[in-house]
Amino acid sequence: MEYNNRLLLKGNEALVYGALLAGCDCFFGYPITPASEIAHSAAALFPKLNRVFIQAESEIAAINMVIGAVAEGRRAMTASSGLGISLKQEEVSYLAAYEMPAVIADITRGGPGLGNIGPEQADYFQLVKGGGHGSYKCLVFTPNSVQEMCDMAYDSFRMAEKYRMPAYIMADGVIGQMMESLTLPEPAAYDYDPEWKMGRIVDGKANIITSIYLEHDDLEELNRRLQAKYRLIEETEQRAEEFMTDDAEIVLVAYGISSRVAAGAVAMLREEGIRAGLVRPKMVFPFPKNALRKLLNNGHARALVSVELSAGQMIEDIRLAIDCRLPVHLCNRMGGNIPSCGDICDMVKAIRKEIKQ
Amino acid sequence: MSRKYRIVIAHEECKGCRRCIPACPKNLIAVGGELNKQGYFSVHAEHPEDCIGCGSCYLQCPEPGAITIYQTEE
Amino acid sequence: MSETVKFGKSSVFFDTFERRPGPIRKNMHYCPGCGHGILHKLIAEAIGHCGIQKDTVLIAPVGCAVFAYYYFNCGSISVAHGRAPAVGTGVSRANPKSFVISYQGDGDLGAIGFNEFIQAANRGEKMTVFFVNNANYGMTGGQMAPTTLPGQKTMTSPYGRNTATDGFPLKVCELANALEAPVYIERVALTTTPRIRDARKAVFKAVENLRDRKGFSLVEVLSPCPVNLKMSAQEINAFIEERMEKYFPLGCFRDRSSETFPAPMPPPPVRDPEKVKELLFPRKLNIGVPKTFRNESKIFNYERRIKIGGFGGQGILSLGIMLANMAKLRNFNVTWMPSYGPEQRGGSASCSIILSHSKIPSPLIDRDCNLLIAMTQTALEKYIHELKPNGVLLYDSSTMKRPDVTPDKKVLGIDALDIATNRVGNPKCANSVILGALSVILIDHYLEGEDKLDFDRAFEEAIIDGFSSKPEVIKQNLYAFYEGKKVALERDKAKDNPA
Repeated sequence: MEYNNRLLLKGNEALVYGALLAGCDCFFGYPITPASEIAHSAAALFPKLNRVFIQAESEIAAINMVIGAVAEGRRAMTASSGLGISLKQEEVSYLAAYEMPAVIADITRGGPGLGNIGPEQADYFQLVKGGGHGSYKCLVFTPNSVQEMCDMAYDSFRMAEKYRMPAYIMADGVIGQMMESLTLPEPAAYDYDPEWKMGRIVDGKANIITSIYLEHDDLEELNRRLQAKYRLIEETEQRAEEFMTDDAEIVLVAYGISSRVAAGAVAMLREEGIRAGLVRPKMVFPFPKNALRKLLNNGHARALVSVELSAGQMIEDIRLAIDCRLPVHLCNRMGGNIPSCGDICDMVKAIRKEIKQ
Repeated sequence: MSRKYRIVIAHEECKGCRRCIPACPKNLIAVGGELNKQGYFSVHAEHPEDCIGCGSCYLQCPEPGAITIYQTEE
Repeated sequence: MSETVKFGKSSVFFDTFERRPGPIRKNMHYCPGCGHGILHKLIAEAIGHCGIQKDTVLIAPVGCAVFAYYYFNCGSISVAHGRAPAVGTGVSRANPKSFVISYQGDGDLGAIGFNEFIQAANRGEKMTVFFVNNANYGMTGGQMAPTTLPGQKTMTSPYGRNTATDGFPLKVCELANALEAPVYIERVALTTTPRIRDARKAVFKAVENLRDRKGFSLVEVLSPCPVNLKMSAQEINAFIEERMEKYFPLGCFRDRSSETFPAPMPPPPVRDPEKVKELLFPRKLNIGVPKTFRNESKIFNYERRIKIGGFGGQGILSLGIMLANMAKLRNFNVTWMPSYGPEQRGGSASCSIILSHSKIPSPLIDRDCNLLIAMTQTALEKYIHELKPNGVLLYDSSTMKRPDVTPDKKVLGIDALDIATNRVGNPKCANSVILGALSVILIDHYLEGEDKLDFDRAFEEAIIDGFSSKPEVIKQNLYAFYEGKKVALERDKAKDNPA
């Protein structure tokens, strides 16, 4: 049979394709706009490969089912949006403590509260800073195209398994809902047999999975081990795309749908002779500090602009990354609105004027 | 062929809850006078060879290994 | 003469509890006289009897039994409060060869995790749940549980449980018995020896059901908690038998074990890369163009922005997908973005399509639209302001009057619904009629040279590619497409040669 690996898919569907091609065996989910197509697509496709799809009774049950499947040594995932992710935080903390991988897609929507289904990027804090209890981190991928929804879903399993920790794919409603053409990766060979798996006996004792450490020193040791792992990830796994940053006077920083609008703005500004650039984090944990720090010494960058669909969440990490050595402005919309390229250009021009004075 | 039984109570594993005492149809079990290392007055069987092997005390005992009943075929 | 053990420690338990921290390695951590130990022994014995130790996964709750894994030498997971049946569902579905035992207390199952419990029961998950009902929260220090009796004093009901404000004790077996799926439901008590023998039978049956993949079994165990309830061994037995059993009657609520057949083992997951590709990768069709191909008409030097609006059922979104498909087949970058959410349910539907030879910034259109396709009056009124000067408006003239727009705009009406209904015989094909009319406008007015010929093919290919899994739909839509084209051409001709 001859196949074509290029097709037109919604971002949410592409994510399911990426997961299946990566060897994901189980999907557990609960419908929520704008993430529902992930469950639709998984319900249609997983059973065709004798893989598991369950519509769980709640977000909480779904992520717990993920824990069960991962405990059995299977690749498993769930997907939701904003408020649904809030509900899952308990188990994300458990997964971090268990040191078990899992993939969780968050197709973000407007908040707080029930908010609306428009695209916001206000889940940054809950995903990047650890939305549950305890000192833990999760890998956070931030795709900005349908192609990346597939590719990052595919990669997220590998990285989550490599570091034995949960990985989020954080995409906004626009990236989830839009269709674009994409090229599918080849199916991964199945070679997965993790050591924590149930049924395995080590030194005469059956494997157990637990997150309770009554002895304070034992729990401190777990925490130290986790923090060392997070430091290693920050040192080795930063991912960002740099667009016209070499000589840029004003550098935009944006991910997801914001980064696409920002890239459009950079192109418009460049046409007018304004030296703008864009750093696009492809992951926000680890945060691409190196790409931002580079700007400090290149003699061009005068100001940064965080373009976000939130009240300003990522902006804190930008400031930390550059030790507040450059002014960082916020260009944001909320409530499901998206700034236009023109809005961003206007802001950049105003900042530039201020600098020149 | 006759069967004989023998009850053995592990002094250190008994928490002295006394569930076994009324359970024994032969009234073989009683509280002993000695504290064990965990700080409990453990029970002991007064005539362990009089055990009839009914298993009542074993079923009542919440500890996995505090009571063992042996059977001998002769 | 040989001596054997008639009653003794189960080999399902570790001989020495090395996982238990501290110096005590032979005892359990439970208080003296606690029912957990009695139940642990019955479960261990049943696992041994069924020969399923290696593949048993015991899910430990939050509560006193959180450390069950200190004692049982079988796979074990200590999970969040109340979530054991959900984790168990994941275990059992991911590996149907596993045997899931969910061990839960009153807070875990009856309060914080009741939904996970009742839903797993309702799905008939292949698992056995042991529910330890001791009428209070033991581990946290004797607070009120959902199962605390009316008037019973606890740390959080110091004046006695007041049914007017705290409700009545939760009858878990009775609630589960309202469901279709469970196979076996029984309530037992760990008090006098005959009752413990009955409990043993129930535990064995529930574990045998597990071994035989019969479905969901529940054993509720009225269990002594003498320390928190400040009673002696005798007093606690009396409390259970005289007070608890009044409220929680013992007995078998349901036993369909003998008439239930073992569930068949699901087939293993398909992981063969070729099979995966067969499902996910589209078949190669003899359409499209080489990777290096580029349409060269001037209009493609810029991003082209198309908005389509109408109501649900008119094929608004699929018309957009056909256009996006066409762009894909001609190597354009393309985005398709639907309106999503409540708007869908309000009846209206719209989508935005952008095609470009460069990267497309945002897929949303709220201005500078080059082509607006309006299938309803409402859509027209909603989106006409987004149309650029010199933009093209295409509308369904069978459902609306010719709109009044500024003269710089090119307007074409086509009786899409009429044609689809009367000539094609399927009103759902109105969108393909529109596509036909669109091809005429594009080819006649905007495309240059070879592109004219190529686009004639491109539209057809988009229909074929878009419906590749449904040949009969392709045929009908192609027919609608040609009809749309014909009518648009006739109208163009009539305009050029007015009679």
